Amino acid sequence: MTAVLFFVFSAITLGGAFGVILARNPVHSALFLVLALIAIAGFFLLEDADLVAIVQIIVYASAIVVLFIFVIMLLGVDRREAFEQPNRLQVPAALGLGLLLVVEVLVLAGRHWVTGAQSARGALNSPSDGNVHNLASRLFTDFLWPFEITAVLLVIAVVGSVVLARRSRQAPETVDSDEVPR
Amino acid sequence: MTITPGYYLTVAAMLFTIGAVGLLIRRNPLVMFMCIELMLNAANLTFVAFAKALNDVGGQVIVFFTLVVAAAEVAVGLAIIVAIFRRRPGATADDVDLLKG
Repeated sequence: MTAVLFFVFSAITLGGAFGVILARNPVHSALFLVLALIAIAGFFLLEDADLVAIVQIIVYASAIVVLFIFVIMLLGVDRREAFEQPNRLQVPAALGLGLLLVVEVLVLAGRHWVTGAQSARGALNSPSDGNVHNLASRLFTDFLWPFEITAVLLVIAVVGSVVLARRSRQAPETVDSDEVPR
Repeated sequence: MTITPGYYLTVAAMLFTIGAVGLLIRRNPLVMFMCIELMLNAANLTFVAFAKALNDVGGQVIVFFTLVVAAAEVAVGLAIIVAIFRRRPGATADDVDLLKG
């Protein structure tokens, strides 16, 4: 049963990923991204990561993709895109490098296997506590300092995006002479 | 048949490669961002697979941090894209290679 689910989720994930990079319309890419992300949430459920799976659906598949689609609609770029590159060698070079990368990773990951002792603290499935309890107790003890740093990171991101997206009233948005008008 | 962590790592490697190739062959900056999300998710998948293999919940905690970084990156990146598209509609990644305002 687990094996069947694994292969079903693998097919959906990889199919969605191919859809993201091959769809010519950005809206279709975003919807394929939702498909891949929800299948990855299924992987997380298979691997006993219940809370992470739910957060994956809520944050990734909902919030982030909605943000993508919102920007696509705001900018009006929901039209077909030509794949022709200015440099003709780019697509063959990308495919060659991708093939090299996957072979390299599979060979390296296939030969060298994970070693080391099982975790002494923060077991994944202790009999009494659930996944959420284990994860939260680990997050607020061992990972407390990174957790606080992520709060700072989010504040920086919010301030940065507000500064970037704000339309300046003083400087008119002119096109410089070195820019090619379209 | 049993699903060993190697199966998860294989899927994650393929997902990462698809994202990397997509980043190279697409010209729309929004789709390039989606490819970055695919690569981040491949990394998340390996973290969760190792959390299961080593029976350590720390791998799942790292996934949370990756989610936060992804959200921050998307917010700032989309703000940059909106700022670029406001100046030159229909810009692709090749049009903004000068790093000048």
